[in-house]
Amino acid sequence: MSDMPDFTLIPGESGDTLVLTGPLLVSTLGRLDQRLRAITTPIAKVDLGGVGAIDTVGAWICCRLTRDSGAEIVNAGDTAQRLIGELRKIDDGRPAEISRPMLIWLRVPANVGDTVIGLALGAVAVLGFVGQMMLAAGGMLRHPGRFRTRALVHQMELVGVNSLGIIGLMSFLVGIVIAQQGSVELRQFGAEVYTINLVGRLTLRELGILMTAIMVAGRSGSAFAAELGTMKLTEEVDAMRTIGVSPMEALIVPRVLATVVMMPLLGVYSAVMGIIGGAFLGQVSLGIPFLTFLSRIRLVVPISDVWVGLTKGPVFGLIVALAGCYQGMQVKSNAEEVGKRTTAAVVMAIFTVIVLDAFFAVFFTEIGWG
Amino acid sequence: MNATDPDTADHPEADHLQTGAGSPSDVQADQFIIRVQGLRDVFGSFVVHDNLDLDVRRGEILGVVGGSGTGKSVLMRAIIGLQLPDDGSIEVLGESITAAREDADIAIRNRWGVLFQGGALFSTLTVAENVEVPLREFYPEIDEQLLAEIAHYKVLLTGLPGDAALKFPSELSGGMVKRAGLARALALDPELLFLDEPTSGLDPIAAAAFDQLIKELQQTLGLTVFLITHDLDTLHEICDRVAVLADKRVIAVGTIPELLATDHPWIQEYFNGPRGRAASDAWHQDKQRASADNGNAR
Repeated sequence: MSDMPDFTLIPGESGDTLVLTGPLLVSTLGRLDQRLRAITTPIAKVDLGGVGAIDTVGAWICCRLTRDSGAEIVNAGDTAQRLIGELRKIDDGRPAEISRPMLIWLRVPANVGDTVIGLALGAVAVLGFVGQMMLAAGGMLRHPGRFRTRALVHQMELVGVNSLGIIGLMSFLVGIVIAQQGSVELRQFGAEVYTINLVGRLTLRELGILMTAIMVAGRSGSAFAAELGTMKLTEEVDAMRTIGVSPMEALIVPRVLATVVMMPLLGVYSAVMGIIGGAFLGQVSLGIPFLTFLSRIRLVVPISDVWVGLTKGPVFGLIVALAGCYQGMQVKSNAEEVGKRTTAAVVMAIFTVIVLDAFFAVFFTEIGWG
Repeated sequence: MNATDPDTADHPEADHLQTGAGSPSDVQADQFIIRVQGLRDVFGSFVVHDNLDLDVRRGEILGVVGGSGTGKSVLMRAIIGLQLPDDGSIEVLGESITAAREDADIAIRNRWGVLFQGGALFSTLTVAENVEVPLREFYPEIDEQLLAEIAHYKVLLTGLPGDAALKFPSELSGGMVKRAGLARALALDPELLFLDEPTSGLDPIAAAAFDQLIKELQQTLGLTVFLITHDLDTLHEICDRVAVLADKRVIAVGTIPELLATDHPWIQEYFNGPRGRAASDAWHQDKQRASADNGNAR
């Protein structure tokens, strides 16, 4: 084929002559280079007389051949001479380094070690972050003028108001599911009416706030991490510092405070929507009138259940917001990091929330709010 | 010449300065590597370009200048197909960019290289891997060894030290990012090179070296270069022609002396302002010194 480059070796007294033919271009050279590399006999001359078009990749291969074998180039055209000359000027003679991935039996222990060290350092860093935030909050208490009300209200809208739709729908559906599944089981004992207790206590005490925390972690915690991470990458956070605006005060405290305030409110709203969902199912398929269902809730749910739900709200809010902000502020250097940190923020938030929820369940039972 | 009051211009092309081989009809169409005709770009209610025409000839370095916000980068983005214009036609290397769908114009994407203003290096890849990306994309038959060698010499070619190839973009200085971006733009040995402010943010020595590098590459590789710049030294040193963007159009194209002959106030202020004068003087001194050296040598 005339439009593919090729070579022939002509034996000579002081060494072989390598005759290259065809276009030496990046688009055609891929295969030829491997074959050229396989030549083991000494080369004295590289004949470029039959070469058509040449680009820097072709010139580089000629340059490398002559460097490695000490051969001289003959019959080169103007362009070839120029290009090879340019490349000889810049060639530092050092081989190009290929970064090879680590072997798997080395990589796995290395990753495990990195993860363990990362966890330990991360725990310290989280503590440091919480400390910084408390200092910033303390400073704002002493100088209330520095408090950013506008940012707080804006974040409350983003975290709370804008999530009303999705949280409401989710809780309504979960309420229906609890009532439906609960009634199927309770019917076997003729205790269908206890569906009301089940729905009321479960939503107000546990599920309302837990589902809300998970939803807010996915919605707002991830947003915090991605926002702050991108701001770190584009040096916006550094710019703030140089202007004298503390990123803690301007970015973190409003976000954390907004989430802490909105979480219990959303939790109560979620519980209410869950109960409405249960009542809806009661009306439709259990034969319990809607309003009867609602008024029975008041009688069968102890007030302590509401307190339990309300107590957990701010704690979960704090965890979700801290995880998002902390991970966002840890972003360095590249775009992949933003994604990783956002994932870490959501995982960290949901995991911690569920662990704490289990802890709360035991704790409240122990103090007699069972 | 309506350059001072372009709104009254009935024929926008009358404002164009044509140089070299005469009027455009004399020149063969394939001498134009880029043809932009009647380009219109609108953002919301803000008209960036209106009825903009521009031709770039094969083998030339065309400098594009214009005040901030006159849409130099937008023009470049439109030409390389990143932004669909609201009206007009763009032809690059004989292919219509405006008619092609996003996946259809790939055939010419391996024939141009683009250096973005901020470098736009892939932040999760090393410099060498950045250079290898277009090579892997278009020529999968090239093996790892040759890829590494190509990346290595491209990096050296742009004046970076060899060990920079293994660094990540976040570990590089601003000027090094520019060079690494150029190395990636040159990865496929393109015929056409788009450079968006290549020398901004470089120190004067590095900027001059960068200019020489571009000139050298253009001469050895026969590149055509579309160069957006504010650097007056670059314009004097390496640009064959300069296109001036103002009033939503290209108001003039030509060599710097030709541009100076027009009476458009922006052009006059641009090239005859204190900085323009200084750059021009420096360039003339350079030339005199060079010719004197030549004379001595004889």
